Amino acid sequence: MTGPMTSATSRSAPEDGAGKPASATPSPPPRPKPAPPTGAPVRVTGAQSLVRSLEAVGAEVVFGIPGGTILPAYDPLLDSTKVRHVLVRHEQGAGHAATGYAQATGKVGVCMATSGPGATNLVTPLADANMDSVPLVAITGQQSRALIGTDAFQEADICGITLPITKHNFLVTDPVDIPRTIAEAFHIASTGRPGPVLVDIPKDVLQEHTSFTWPPDMRLPGYRPTTRPHGKQVREAARLIAKARRPVLYVGGGVIKAQASAELLELAELTGIPVVTTLMARGAFPDSHPSHLGMPGMHGSVAAVAAMQRSDLLIALGARFDDRVTGQLASFAPDAKIVHADIDPAEISKNRRADVPIVGDCKEIITELVAAIRADSAGKPDLIAWWKQANSWRENYQLGYEWPGDGTLSPQYVIERIGSLVGPDAIYTAGVGQHQMWAAQFIKYERPASWINSGGLGTMGFAVPAAMGAKFGVPDKQVWAIDGDGCFQMTNQELATCAIEGAPIKVAVINNGNLGMVRQWQNLFYAERYSQTDLGTHKHRIPDFTLLAEALGCAGLRCESKDSVDEVIKRAMEINDRPVVIDFVVGKDAQVWPMVAAGTGNDEIMAARGIRPLFEDDSIGEELEVQQ
Amino acid sequence: MTTHTLSVLVENKPGVLARVAGLFSRRGFNIESLAVGPTENPEVSRMTIVVAVEDLPLEQVTKQLNKLVNVIKIVELDPAVSVQRELLLVKVRADATVRSQVLETVQLFRAKVVDVSPEAVTIEATGTADKLEALLRMVEPYGVREMVQSGMVAIGRGPRSITATSAR
Repeated sequence: MTGPMTSATSRSAPEDGAGKPASATPSPPPRPKPAPPTGAPVRVTGAQSLVRSLEAVGAEVVFGIPGGTILPAYDPLLDSTKVRHVLVRHEQGAGHAATGYAQATGKVGVCMATSGPGATNLVTPLADANMDSVPLVAITGQQSRALIGTDAFQEADICGITLPITKHNFLVTDPVDIPRTIAEAFHIASTGRPGPVLVDIPKDVLQEHTSFTWPPDMRLPGYRPTTRPHGKQVREAARLIAKARRPVLYVGGGVIKAQASAELLELAELTGIPVVTTLMARGAFPDSHPSHLGMPGMHGSVAAVAAMQRSDLLIALGARFDDRVTGQLASFAPDAKIVHADIDPAEISKNRRADVPIVGDCKEIITELVAAIRADSAGKPDLIAWWKQANSWRENYQLGYEWPGDGTLSPQYVIERIGSLVGPDAIYTAGVGQHQMWAAQFIKYERPASWINSGGLGTMGFAVPAAMGAKFGVPDKQVWAIDGDGCFQMTNQELATCAIEGAPIKVAVINNGNLGMVRQWQNLFYAERYSQTDLGTHKHRIPDFTLLAEALGCAGLRCESKDSVDEVIKRAMEINDRPVVIDFVVGKDAQVWPMVAAGTGNDEIMAARGIRPLFEDDSIGEELEVQQ
Repeated sequence: MTTHTLSVLVENKPGVLARVAGLFSRRGFNIESLAVGPTENPEVSRMTIVVAVEDLPLEQVTKQLNKLVNVIKIVELDPAVSVQRELLLVKVRADATVRSQVLETVQLFRAKVVDVSPEAVTIEATGTADKLEALLRMVEPYGVREMVQSGMVAIGRGPRSITATSAR
């Protein structure tokens, strides 16, 4: 893979415009320029070479904090008109902001930190991006070459530390390698299965004089991602689809990464197969579409979970059979044949053996699958009985919630109202816990990249910095962080960044005074022994979130009753000159339902406490046979 | 569990061994033997890795290894159509009274003596794991003072090369 740079950065090139296909905007005919900016070597410092390389790959925003070893890079950065640096308050914020930016735009997110603690503070967001396949490039300063390995001040072996949590990483030991390494880092981050790439650059490498040439030749003999699917496998998948009686389209985050929502819609409408969208795929398929059964998994809808359990053919598209989706693996979808389409060959048959493996880009796979189904004489499957069953699950076990008996505000109601009033055009981010699950359940997503959360790693504190990054990526959209009071207290310092750098996001703190999801498990599985889950946010009102918001340069609002929910949300929507924080004081006893308890099979899904729609009910498959 | 021999071509760069070794431990696979060395192409190193896993986990190992950016190519070598060798250096207690018996064993195994002193001889032997084990069994009664053994290296039989098409 030693192609020219132009093909490498197609996802990150600025003219891509918010992740839209490049074909949408016809490019002007090439004009001969008197002095081409690229080609001939130029004498520069390593730091200048780095900034020029970032400009050349199309990086628009860099989130970071300077420090000793990265200092040389910050000097030419001051003069760059193409790269905007956003000074964050904590490197973790820089990493999650880069992730939010990448998830909202489809481009590569960039963050920058100094050596030692600056770099180690990036560890969590890198691990997060690795689990959720987010294209990220992290640039870290490193101690000068002669000091590496001597336990020098602010020295940390960040390449060693991030080895298992990055797609790849580089230690640059010669300044002449900087352009090539940056080109390779962006190429690796954005192609194949996207992921984070770290580039560690010693201080003296940044200071040394070198030559800058662009485009550089990439040297990646071992990196050849497969994007074109195997035709025979696609035809085999089409054949299985045609004869399936209980098929389900199991849609994962890969469909959003591949920007394949339009193709997915075509496939779903052509075949009439029910669709489920995982936590990472919310928005890949419109929630309002009649074929959508909801989210599968531990807190998925009964219809989605049940349909997968009783399915005879799962068509997994960019999904990875995560344990939170499958529950106990041995009892997951026992009668289903598996068509598994993914760009990462290692995902196929990792957890569940695939009958038809298809390696490739989801957009290309779905396009070819649609063509193969159209060409197949067997045509579309007969799904009348299957839909009758699916609809009965959907009607009998709708997503719902009860109002707390103690008169407190229902968190689900708050989130549902935000979704209704703010609408599907906005971008929503979430932290991790109950509020995240409710935001996945009760906000209706209609378009891809409108829901950004930490799915794989489950990183508390993700919402605020991710919302900040999304806002920098898509400034004309409203960005709402749905956060919990526990999560919010981990990363809210980035609101100062938002206020100063001009990112007027909205933060809805679903404040139940507790680490709610942990409390829910203590309620269900630890005999209501609430060990270390009460944050005191209710009892002592510490911190007072409205005062905290004001202190961070934001508007602080509070809502404690059902009557004022709509009014407060509307007021927040009207404030656009600074970020807004709403302290929604909600009841602490609300729980996330449905639920499949950890380690149990999906047949044991509880629609609500004690209600098990599928347990001891193995006759559904037989009923279907009879109906046919 | 069955033993599999993987020939892995990697870029000759610092840190690649750590990436490969880390991957095995992280994914819960045990390396039985590992040997790394140069190839005919100075930019490419070759690792011979012996793992004991079932077929399905082996597929995972191979796929995960393939994802490493520095890994160029992986080939599983079938013992029936490949040559597999390990190197053994063993220092055996051998004074004048038993030296000739020890040397006889050395000849029997087509090994050679690479160092000798009044109390001991150092034997160099190459072969499959089985052969080296047999040699060790034979010299053990004299007293093994010290031994060191390499990981296995292996190469396919016949004219074809796994490196020919890979190093671009």
